[in-house]
Amino acid sequence: MTAIDLGLPTLGGLEGVPTTDARQTAKDFTSDQEVRWCPGCGDYAILAAVRSFLPELGLRRENIVFVSGIGCSSRFPYYMNTYGMHSIHGRAPAIATGLSVSRPDLSVWVVTGDGDGLSIGGNHLVHALRRNVNLKILLFNNRIYGLTKGQYSPTSEVGKVTKSTPMGSLDHPFNPVSLALGAEGTFVARALDSDRKQLTEVLRAAAQHRGSALVEIYQNCPIFNDGAFDVLKEPGERERRIVPLRQGEPIRFGADGEYGVVRDPATGSLQVRKVAEVGEAALVVHDATRDDPSYAFALSRLGGQDLDYTVTGVFRSVDRPSYDDLARAQVEQARTAKPADLGALLRGKDTWTVE
Amino acid sequence: MTADVGSSPKVSHGAPAPGRPTEVRKLDRVVIRFAGDSGDGMQLTGDRFTSEAAAFGNDLATLPNFPAEIRAPQGTLPGVSSFQLHFADYDILTPGDRPDVLVAMNPAALKANIGDLPHGGTLIVNTDEFTKRNLTKVGYDSDPLEDGSLDAYTVHKVAMATLTRGALEETGLTKKDAERAKNMFALGLLSWMYHRPTEGTERFLREKFAKKPDIAEANVLAFRAGWNFGETTEAFAVTYEVAPASLPRGTYRQITGNTALAYGIVAAGQLASLPVFLGTYPITPASDVLHELAKHKNFGVTTFQAEDEIAGVGAALGASFGGALGVTTTSGPGLALKSETIGLAVMTELPLLVCDIQRGGPSTGLPTKTEQADLLQAMFGRNGEAPVPIIAPRSPADCFDAAVEAARIALTYRTPVLLLSDGYIANGSEPWLVPSVDELAPIEVDFATEPNAPDGSGEFWPYLRDPRTLARPWAVPGTPGLEHRIGGLEKAEGKGNISYDPDNHDRMVRIRQAKVDGIAVPDVEVDDPTGDAELLVVGWGSTYGPIGAACRRVRRLGMTIAHAHLRHLNPMPRNLGDVLRRYRRVVVPEMNMGQLAMLLRARYLVDAVSHTKVAGLPFKAEELQGVFTEIIKGVAA
Repeated sequence: MTAIDLGLPTLGGLEGVPTTDARQTAKDFTSDQEVRWCPGCGDYAILAAVRSFLPELGLRRENIVFVSGIGCSSRFPYYMNTYGMHSIHGRAPAIATGLSVSRPDLSVWVVTGDGDGLSIGGNHLVHALRRNVNLKILLFNNRIYGLTKGQYSPTSEVGKVTKSTPMGSLDHPFNPVSLALGAEGTFVARALDSDRKQLTEVLRAAAQHRGSALVEIYQNCPIFNDGAFDVLKEPGERERRIVPLRQGEPIRFGADGEYGVVRDPATGSLQVRKVAEVGEAALVVHDATRDDPSYAFALSRLGGQDLDYTVTGVFRSVDRPSYDDLARAQVEQARTAKPADLGALLRGKDTWTVE
Repeated sequence: MTADVGSSPKVSHGAPAPGRPTEVRKLDRVVIRFAGDSGDGMQLTGDRFTSEAAAFGNDLATLPNFPAEIRAPQGTLPGVSSFQLHFADYDILTPGDRPDVLVAMNPAALKANIGDLPHGGTLIVNTDEFTKRNLTKVGYDSDPLEDGSLDAYTVHKVAMATLTRGALEETGLTKKDAERAKNMFALGLLSWMYHRPTEGTERFLREKFAKKPDIAEANVLAFRAGWNFGETTEAFAVTYEVAPASLPRGTYRQITGNTALAYGIVAAGQLASLPVFLGTYPITPASDVLHELAKHKNFGVTTFQAEDEIAGVGAALGASFGGALGVTTTSGPGLALKSETIGLAVMTELPLLVCDIQRGGPSTGLPTKTEQADLLQAMFGRNGEAPVPIIAPRSPADCFDAAVEAARIALTYRTPVLLLSDGYIANGSEPWLVPSVDELAPIEVDFATEPNAPDGSGEFWPYLRDPRTLARPWAVPGTPGLEHRIGGLEKAEGKGNISYDPDNHDRMVRIRQAKVDGIAVPDVEVDDPTGDAELLVVGWGSTYGPIGAACRRVRRLGMTIAHAHLRHLNPMPRNLGDVLRRYRRVVVPEMNMGQLAMLLRARYLVDAVSHTKVAGLPFKAEELQGVFTEIIKGVAA
């Protein structure tokens, strides 16, 4: 995937956050706390990727904040040597909203999971996205509840047999990318815990985005849902399942690039076809900057719960003023228009005097 | 201080005012109730009369009373909206138990309110609405205006809609639009009867309808028509004067509890030199605080209307983490939703101001009615041992001081603070002696800037405490060298890392309790003028007015009684135990089932008598007078 250069005149995602010239390494972002995820947990890979990627932003460490909810993924802030808050179940986007709106000098990251972000906290997630709060939201999706020891989650496939669903789960799962696009998220991406390179590229693009950036990260839970994403990692399988998105390039995949994505002229939906059958010219050229979210949504619908086609990369990256910037601008506008005269406020318009 | 009067105002007769053929009587106090359909504009009418009384210099207290439905079916009992106003030439404590004058705009308003009008009271009725159909709708078999059932009252029958329509004939407004101004006709008539100044109302109407000048003009015309009706017809033989009150010197304004609360929040931000962040969700009767604060962004106030109650308090806490004064406003059901986040604020020891404008519960309960039944929710409504300081304002204007005080405690002790107002004082209004900004004490906030580890390691320990306040340092993101992680998991004393150590948890639970217990609150003052009372009345919050008025009545009857009113519910004043033990009997009137009484009994082993009412309306002074005198007689016997 190439770096996302959208060429739009916009505030950078990190505008206002103080930078440093000091050389930073992953170690600078490593706290003194022992990491306590299970051996083999996909969270380790994501933690390593985040720690190694942050130095390239060149931000002052004290101006980075990680806010999380509850769940395995939400222990993340303790392991980062930045400011952090491990809050309550599902509420991280709400808490981070208050922080981000009141502090333009901070780079605020939310770490959540499929249960935390899509079940108990689903409401806050969609509202943060529609408002376009300047938050970078990393949604670790392992399609299971880990910390409560193995119940199905809102991204588990239908029929999932777990402790709480011995006869198989009944509910239809969320596709987090579709959900985020439905909420008109301005930046929506997906990556795999095992693909460090792509994960880093997506994180970089997210960091530079002004507004809400939702990054779904497929993450393996070796204890309660081991191998959930194995088909996306096995040689032979992964090539025909993973559909990587590259800005400005035809959407093409397969071991030899033999598959491609085309638009069905009858329905307008997107479909996978053999390139040899449709011709290269018929392939859809990826453009994440399309304002209408329908295209990105169609991309997110290419595959189903069985991970047959799994689109990865940046689905959507569009420019829309962030809630934080707008809210602060209103305060500034009010301040410019009217001095803060407390005495005048308290007296109001109608007073009388008792001598 | 003048004693509060009993049921009938004092009257002195005077000569008619020049140019007025009617007799003018001087009164020391009057209670007027405007009642009509929800769509009749009774709240606006009452509000304007209040402003006129305030501008005239009377002391006053108001009680709006309206249904939760925005427009219940027209002309029905559930749709009745009323506004009661008590104004006087001396300091008063309540909106009055019963009206002296009832203005009824339709049969439903008459039926719903006539029971409160004492015999001999004045009734002004809009006869236009007394049609057969409207009478039947509310269950009148015959017309009460004709059947003699109102003989005990002085009844003025006025065809307000017809007269208003007539006055607006030349404006070209439709019949319906013209009749809509009949509430201003009623206001004009009452303004004439009580010699109220009128300029303020005319100015107000022109400003309110600035974008619709024809409507503004119609309302002004209707207002004048009402005045002229009183002046020119001979239906009204008497008018009344209520002289200005002799209140302490200074500049006054009229203010509702919710406005005062909003101003207190703005002031707290200014006094602490901090930005204010309000995260909230609309809920009756708290929404007006949001509306008010949204107007004052020039004071560095950010208002965030969140997706729900939980997000409102969450965002406020996030802002506090970032160094703002985080505030959330709500009512009982919303407080229930916020409880987990308040627990997080207890655990993370961050400042947070939580304002609960209580209403009738449980569940959705009575959204527009008042109650004090969230005290125990505020006190204990969280999982685990999660102590939170609680402050309760006692009157509309007192909401200002209570908000500043609550913010001061939150910022000084790094703790969530609960402020318990209620629908009665939130919507009620009274004159407020506007404080001088210079007299408001600054709120000192010291952010941590340096590593603090006592071992000289250069580390920052987020849970090392100020030995005086037991507050932990407030190190906001952006401060170099103080990077740290907080959260809902138990933390090790000092260093603040996650700790599951049993002894540490026991210690941290006790420290959090000790921090709240150690908050400096002033001693409770006892109003016991003779010093030899045997009965002590203990109240909290909005019952201050009715209890105070009842105590005045009891003393006027020659009995002694003491009154202590709690502003600080947690921690309670240090001297409270001694005060309680000084009296033979203690009675605790509350608009709940005895929540404070339960706390006092548990904490001080005092045999407090609980007197309770949960009717959605404040206590009447008369009713409390009866309760108190009965107890006094019992003690004496």
